[in-house]
Amino acid sequence: MNLLEINEVSKFYQTHKALDHVSLSVPEGSIYGLLGPNGAGKTSLIRIINQITAPDTGSITFDNEPLNAEHIYKIGYLPEERGLYKKQKVWEQMIYFGQLKGLSLAEAKKRSEEWLIKFDLKEWKNKKVEELSKGMQQKVQFIITVLHKPKLLILDEPFTGFDPINAEIIKNEIKSLKAQGTTILYSTHRMESVEEICDHICLINKSKKILDGSVKEIKKQNSKNLFELVFEGKVPTWVEKISEEPTDEGHTKLVFKVENMNRAEIIKRLANEVNIWSFREIVPTIHQIFIDKVQEVNHA
Amino acid sequence: MHKIWLITKREYLSRVTKKSFIVMTILGPVLIALFYGVIIGLAVNQKTGEKTRTIAVVDKSGLFKNHLENPSKVEFVYTENDTTTLGLDIFGWMVIPKDFTLDNPKEIVFKSTESATLDLQSKLTNAVASSGKNQKLMQKGVRQSFLDSLKMEVQMKTLEISETGDLVNSQAELNFGLGAAFAFIIYFFIFLYGVQVMRGVMEEKTNRIVEIIISSVKPFQLMMGKILGIAMVGLTQFLIWIALSGILTGVISIFFASQMGGLSGDVEQAGNQMQAMNPILEAFFNLNFSFYITIFVFYFLFGYLLYSAMFAAIGSAVDSEADTQQFMLPVTLPLVISFATSFSILASDPHGSMATFMSIFPLTSPIIMMVRLPFDPPGWELAVSMLTLVLTFILFTWLAGRIYKVGILMMGKKPTYKQLFKWMLMK
Repeated sequence: MNLLEINEVSKFYQTHKALDHVSLSVPEGSIYGLLGPNGAGKTSLIRIINQITAPDTGSITFDNEPLNAEHIYKIGYLPEERGLYKKQKVWEQMIYFGQLKGLSLAEAKKRSEEWLIKFDLKEWKNKKVEELSKGMQQKVQFIITVLHKPKLLILDEPFTGFDPINAEIIKNEIKSLKAQGTTILYSTHRMESVEEICDHICLINKSKKILDGSVKEIKKQNSKNLFELVFEGKVPTWVEKISEEPTDEGHTKLVFKVENMNRAEIIKRLANEVNIWSFREIVPTIHQIFIDKVQEVNHA
Repeated sequence: MHKIWLITKREYLSRVTKKSFIVMTILGPVLIALFYGVIIGLAVNQKTGEKTRTIAVVDKSGLFKNHLENPSKVEFVYTENDTTTLGLDIFGWMVIPKDFTLDNPKEIVFKSTESATLDLQSKLTNAVASSGKNQKLMQKGVRQSFLDSLKMEVQMKTLEISETGDLVNSQAELNFGLGAAFAFIIYFFIFLYGVQVMRGVMEEKTNRIVEIIISSVKPFQLMMGKILGIAMVGLTQFLIWIALSGILTGVISIFFASQMGGLSGDVEQAGNQMQAMNPILEAFFNLNFSFYITIFVFYFLFGYLLYSAMFAAIGSAVDSEADTQQFMLPVTLPLVISFATSFSILASDPHGSMATFMSIFPLTSPIIMMVRLPFDPPGWELAVSMLTLVLTFILFTWLAGRIYKVGILMMGKKPTYKQLFKWMLMK
C-alpha cells in the first residue's frame, strides 16, 4: 500500500518550470530516496507535500485521502536549510514546535524529555540553543522533526553538517523509526548512503522524473552484463573483452561483457575452459546510474 | 486560532523575559522621572537659590529715604555716599540726584562692580516709581491704608463655548500637551515595535527557522502571531511605563513641593503656586478619560497593526538589514510627515482642511486624529477615520501576507518593487 501518491504534479514559477508532470508512489513503511542534482525540483516537490506551496496541476493523495490541512500533523519535515531560535532554550523550543504540530503541552513535555535522554542532551535542556555545539543543534532539530511521531518523515539532506559519529546516530534512528512503521522520504543529491538506507528511489532531473522503483530492480534494470574474472589460461573467445591486465600474483584480470546468459551458465562454461581464481558481476552503483542517467538526459 | 495564540505567546514571552526589555522597562520611567526632576529642580533652585541682594540707596533728593518698598530678593539700606558699606555686603549703590522731584524725575545712577541684570534694574526703577506714585497720591489726600488696599492679585479662568452652547472650561495648554503626548507616543510605538516585527521576520528568514514553522502553520498565522505578540509586548511596556512614571513623578513633585515650602518658609507662596496650578488640574479631571483612553488605544493598536504588517512584508522580502532601507522610506514617510506636521497643526488650526484630511487618511490618521482629539473633532469625522483605518488595516495585512508568504522562502537577490507587486498576485 502506498502512503503517498503524487499524480502528474506540475509547478511553475515566473521564470521556470520547477516540476513537470511528476508522478510517484511512496510505499508505506519504506525509506524512499528522492534523488536529483541541485535545482532538479526536489525541494519544490517537498514543499508541495508539506503544503507550503500548492501545485499548479496534478493531485496528491496521502493515506488514501486527498492531501488536506489536517495531514500536516502526520508529516514531519527536516528542511535542508534549517535553523532554530538561537536565544531560546532547547526545552522550550522543543515544546513549542511540538505544540505547533498538534501535541498537547503535557504530551510535548513528556516526549521531549524522552528524546533528550535518548540523545544524551539532558543537561542541555535549559541552555540556549546558541550555547550548543553544531552537532547538538542538529540533534535538537531532528527531535523537533519527529516529536509528534509523524507517519511520513521528510528528510532533506539530513546528514549535511553532521560529523560521522552523529551521522551514524541519526542513521540508526532513521532505521529504527522505519522499523516502527514510519515512512521516510529521504531527499539527497549525495549517493553514498542511498544504497545502504533506501528501499525505493526516484530520480528527478530538470523538473522531470527520469527513473523510479525499488533499488534492487533499478540495479537489475541498469545492469550492463559486465563481469570481472581473475584466471589462468587463455582469454575465452565467446566473451566481449572490455579490458585485460595482469595481477600481482601473475594471473590475468579480465573485464568482459556477455549478453543473454545468466551467471550460472557463464561460470559453467568458464570452468571448462580456464582456471578461475575469482569471478563477480560488476553491479552498477546507484551513484553510477544517477550520473549516467543525468548525463543521458542532459545530452539528449 | 490556537496556533496564532501559540505563536503570539512565544513572541511575547521570549521578548518580555529578555534582559534588555526588563532594563528598558524599568529604566524608561526612571529616565523620564529624572528628566522631570531635573527640570523642576532647576526651576525651584532658580527661585529659592537666588540670593537677596543688598542695595545701598544714596538719596540726595531726600524723597525716598525709608520709603522704598523692598522688591523680592532685594533689600534697601540707606547711606550718605556711594562708597559707604556700613559693614554690609553691598551689591551696588543707587544714587538719586539732588534735583530729582516727583514732577521732574531725573536720571538715577546705579553703580556696582558686577553688572546689574535687567530684572534687577526694573525692580529698582519700579520701586522708585511706585514710591513716587504713592507720595503723589498721599499729597492729594489719599491715606496709606487705602493705598495698601489697592494691591490685588487677579486670576483668570478661560471658558470655551461648546457646540451645544454650554460653557466649558477651556484647556488650551492641556489640549496642546495632550495632543503632543498622544502624537509622540503613537509615533514612537509604531516605529519601535514595527521595526521589531521586521527584525523578527528577518531573523526567522535568515536563520531558516521559517520553513520548519510554515510546515506546521500557515504563513499568515505566523505573521499575525508575531505582530500580535509584539503588540502585547508594547502595551505591557507602555502600561508599566505609565504606572511607574506616575508614581515616580508624583514622588518627585511631592519632594520638591515640601522642599520649596520648607526652604523659603513662605508657605503662602507655595500655596499660591498650587492655586495657579488648579485650573489645569481641574481641567485635567474634567476630561472624559475613558473616552480618550478608548480612542487612544484604538489608534494606538490599529496604527501599529497597519504599519507592522508593512514592516513584516519588508522583513520577509530582504535578507539583511542593509537591504531594508530602500523599502523603509516609503513606508515610514507618512509617519514622519504626520509627526512633523502634528505640532504645526496643534499650534495653528486643529480643524483646518489639512488637519481634517490627514486625520482621515489611514496612514496619517493614527497620529493626526489623536492630535486633534483634545480639540473635539466632529463625531462623524472620527467615525470615518476609524472605519477607514480598520478597512485599510485589513486590506494591507492581506496584501502584506501575500508578499510575506512568498518572501520568506526567497533567498538571495533583493527583490524590486515590481517583483513585490507580482508576489501579491501569486498563487
